[in-house]
Amino acid sequence: MSDFPILSVLTFLPLVGALIIVLWVRGDAGVVDGNSRWVALWTSLMNFLVSLLLWTNFDRGSANFQFEEQVAWIPGFHISYHLGIDGISLFFVLLTTLLVPICILASWEAITVRVREYMVAFLFMETMMIGMFSALDLVVFYIFFEGVLIPMFLVIGIWGGPRRVYAAFKFFLYTLLGSVLMLLALLAMYLDAGTTDIPALMAHRFPTGLQTWLWLAFFASFAVKVPMWPVHTWLPDAHVEAPTAGSVILAGVLLKFGGYGFLRFSLPLFPDATIAFQPLIFTLSIIAVIYTSLVALAQEDMKKLIAYSSVAHMGFVTIGTFTLNVQGIEGAVFQMLSHGIVSAALFLVVGVVYDRVHSREIAVYGGLVNRMPAYALIFMVFMLASVGLPGTGGFVGEFLVLVGIFRVNAWAAAFTATGVILGAAYMLFLYRRVIFGQLTKDKLKALLDLSPREMAVFVPLVLLVLWMGIYPSSFLTPMHASVDNLIGQVTPARAAADATTSITR
Amino acid sequence: MSALAVFLPLIGAAIAGVLVFVPTTDKDAKHSLDLAAQLVTCGCMLTAALFAILTFVDVVSHKNVGTVELFTWIDSGTLEVSWALKLDTLSAVMLCVVTVVSSMIHIYSVGYMHHDPSIPRFMCYLSLFTFFMLMLATADNLVQLFFGWEGVGLVSYLLIGFWYHRPSANAAAIKAFLVNRVGDFGFALGIFTVFVLFESVTLDTVFAGVEGRKDAVIHIFGGDFHALTVACLLLFVGAMGKSAQLGLHTWLPDAMEGPTPVSALIHAATMVTAGVFLVARMSPLFEYSDVALTAVTIVGASTAIFAATVGCVQNDIKRVIAYSTCSQLGYMFFACGVSAYSAGVFHLMTHAFFKALLFLGAGSVIHAMSDEQDMRKMGGIWRAIPYTYGLMWVGSLALAGIGIPGAFGFSGFYSKDIILEAAYSAHTGSGHYAFWLGILAAFLTAFYSWRLLLMTFHGTPRGDERVMAHVHESPPVMILPLIVLALGAVLAGGVAVDYFVGEQAGEFWGEAIRIRGEVHPALEHAHHVPLWVKLAPLVAGIGGIGLAYVMYSIAPSLPGALANRFSGVHRFLLNKWYFDEVYDFIFVRPTFALGRFLWKTGDGKLIDGFGPDGISAISVNLARRAAALQSGYIYHYAFAMLIGVVTLITWYMFVQAG
Repeated sequence: MSDFPILSVLTFLPLVGALIIVLWVRGDAGVVDGNSRWVALWTSLMNFLVSLLLWTNFDRGSANFQFEEQVAWIPGFHISYHLGIDGISLFFVLLTTLLVPICILASWEAITVRVREYMVAFLFMETMMIGMFSALDLVVFYIFFEGVLIPMFLVIGIWGGPRRVYAAFKFFLYTLLGSVLMLLALLAMYLDAGTTDIPALMAHRFPTGLQTWLWLAFFASFAVKVPMWPVHTWLPDAHVEAPTAGSVILAGVLLKFGGYGFLRFSLPLFPDATIAFQPLIFTLSIIAVIYTSLVALAQEDMKKLIAYSSVAHMGFVTIGTFTLNVQGIEGAVFQMLSHGIVSAALFLVVGVVYDRVHSREIAVYGGLVNRMPAYALIFMVFMLASVGLPGTGGFVGEFLVLVGIFRVNAWAAAFTATGVILGAAYMLFLYRRVIFGQLTKDKLKALLDLSPREMAVFVPLVLLVLWMGIYPSSFLTPMHASVDNLIGQVTPARAAADATTSITR
Repeated sequence: MSALAVFLPLIGAAIAGVLVFVPTTDKDAKHSLDLAAQLVTCGCMLTAALFAILTFVDVVSHKNVGTVELFTWIDSGTLEVSWALKLDTLSAVMLCVVTVVSSMIHIYSVGYMHHDPSIPRFMCYLSLFTFFMLMLATADNLVQLFFGWEGVGLVSYLLIGFWYHRPSANAAAIKAFLVNRVGDFGFALGIFTVFVLFESVTLDTVFAGVEGRKDAVIHIFGGDFHALTVACLLLFVGAMGKSAQLGLHTWLPDAMEGPTPVSALIHAATMVTAGVFLVARMSPLFEYSDVALTAVTIVGASTAIFAATVGCVQNDIKRVIAYSTCSQLGYMFFACGVSAYSAGVFHLMTHAFFKALLFLGAGSVIHAMSDEQDMRKMGGIWRAIPYTYGLMWVGSLALAGIGIPGAFGFSGFYSKDIILEAAYSAHTGSGHYAFWLGILAAFLTAFYSWRLLLMTFHGTPRGDERVMAHVHESPPVMILPLIVLALGAVLAGGVAVDYFVGEQAGEFWGEAIRIRGEVHPALEHAHHVPLWVKLAPLVAGIGGIGLAYVMYSIAPSLPGALANRFSGVHRFLLNKWYFDEVYDFIFVRPTFALGRFLWKTGDGKLIDGFGPDGISAISVNLARRAAALQSGYIYHYAFAMLIGVVTLITWYMFVQAG
């Protein structure tokens, strides 16, 4: 088992599926569409099953990178193809392998043009995402990190809504800026440390002055991905125009690139700069939480509302990450996972009615519970998870993050916690306008409740959200060792920066 | 055993929940589904009540206190939280009260919701609520308590909005959830403070560490404060939200949009008392913070009087009782505020019986009056519904605290008296404030109770003929639970008084409630107050009843005349002191306006305007200018080349020269 290159298999199996679609799927348009769908579904399902091996074989007590693979790639420059995961990246890989088959299932009937290309794009995207989360070499990481933008750009630009080109370019413009700066930072790091191997870099100590610049360059890239205020405005447009499955991947996985990047690079590699910039992150995150929650309250478009709520929830992630204590960081990782499930599910929920009525406008709906009780229940579960009701996955992350912040700064915790009130306000308000009330609109009177295919999409997600809420230890236990290790890497720099909420007897 | 009591309602709810989604075509199948849901949930609840009583006996007589660990919940660093059931007298009392009242309301609902199309859903919610409430009551740590706390809030939201086709019900449901969230905000910060202070949120660990941290100072919010005071005040904010105390009370009257059994169970007997339970539960902490105790006393007393004044002018029968609940919760709080926690819990228990009785009685009236809730359109129906009438009397007598000192009293007589006596014997400024307002509120309580009785049942019939012709007594399935509750309202006080606040109290409560008797002797001294203090609540109550008779029976023109004479005061009370309007003006509207502003101006004009849109506009502009240079005329290009050559040569010459 130990020699089996499981991470490479996980990374490239979807690409193989994509090649199969490109090379062997032939015939009438209808046949091509159908076969592409099935190939994509089976490939991604198989990948999901393989990824479960990671889960079962993962050594929970160890903080080391596991399932490591290393092959010299460009030996002259000490660049190698190096993969491996720890207790943090493990879950992001699993999140990805779970969401891709769900996306393909959700696109089954919604996508009718260029089905083959669409499926290829999704499988390619899966390769890029898994590679990104398991890369242990800066160059490999950078390739995957940027490579994922291409299929996403195409998915929005080709299968998107009426303003898809505007959205795709806005998305591109924002991410481009960060990418260029990150590339420069990579060069600087290589010149300073002489290697691009991430574990080796973690042992290397960058001079404090350089750390600041490197931190800022990475920040530019990650902040856009998260997205943090004020570079968040691409997200609502991208979500609104993207097809449902595009939104699912965007909210579920792509936004986590930023949060993951902070954890993998900014904290362990640039600890001095991390401490120095803690107030900046706190400020931006708090603004993000309050500002975007307020904006979400005013939305008239369902997808936009959920997109803004994503920004607010990701604000919890960034602030939790930079608390630099166990609860804050574990909370941030957990929040990313639960947000990955919940926001993805909420976009799927919107997708269900969009497929039927072809409108995202809240005012078009009302009283859906009368025709679609099962839909109303499922929507309710994810709405409650989104507002962080205890017993759902949303609670654990938010709670741990708030505990973490409170230990550092009570004011920051109080401000962030207002997001919990506002979050309940916009979600309940949305739910009421869409689901409750009398069914008066003619367009809605013939709606059908969830089909078996749609149930197959939602049921696993519902169970997962409850599992995460009732027994989160399954997810927290494997990350303990890695998070402790991470905090250990920042601690030396931290001696100077003391928590402000303290007890004296 | 205790686990069964807690989880049986959940099982019942789950089964009823599945029945909601069983597709039916014909009426008979639908009917048998409804019946199945009713049988399962009622059966589970009654069994749970039985187990709860057994647990209570086990805890109280065999001293079988302790914690049942289920499994780990959240574990991160030093934060370790488990799913666990804590059993002591306090949780056992709650277990009994909640399951008994809830089973009666389950049974009552079978009759009350008879015509409703969504019976399984209703029964599912009721049972689910009971489960969350029991999780709250038996929590062994603050986070699990919060789980139950939010859970009951959720079901309350679902049940207030049960009739989801009504816009007013939906609005009330959201309001309840959000106002509670404001309280929960404080509660959550309180939990964090406790965690920072004790490095644990498990109650036993926290209580064991209190003595060592009684003088701890916390550096928080930019200042140094007494740590326990900060923790208690923040927790109390949560309690204020859930228990509808002054400032965060606005959701409770609106919550009456829910079906009446819901008002009885959630918004009178159980959920709204969770705040009182929280303060009693955290008594070891509150005991070390006189500031927090004073705050509890003042807020409680102010709510008691505020809600009583508003209750006197409301015309909706359920709203009168809702304000009454609010006011009685105030009593429970100021009891806790003067360290008479057990008196607060005693009143919680008796109140659960008589207030549930009153609500269900009101439901029976509404049922009889074809869903009419306005008391101005009732009157003269007592002969038609004699059982309901009699039971409402019992409830009102218990609420007004009527009894013969030394001989017999309705349950409220004992619990209200001990609260007021404790407030008096606290001999503090806030204690006296609470005592005098409490006496005044007792007067008003009796007044609005008899106003309700007289307006509803006596006088000339004011309903229209069609309604009046239909007035009928409720079926036995509704009356029987009322009788059980009435027994509680009559007997609970007299039977329990010795254990809760009398001679046996120390033995009864054990470690569940901690009072530092040497500093806070109010409850001990409450038994030795002057005679006038003992009699004052009773006199106030009888006075209130008398006034109600004068105004609504002897001289029925008086209320109208008074309302005209003091129209300002009347309008002020009728509009509930304008809390809703003020909140709407200060919070709701500005929030929405700010949201729009940040969206359109912040995101749209500023960020996008100077960001991507601005940059692309500039680049398009530049590109256009660059394109304009390519005119296609040879002489333009030749001229440009000439300039280039000249520049190059000039530069070269300068360099050479330099």
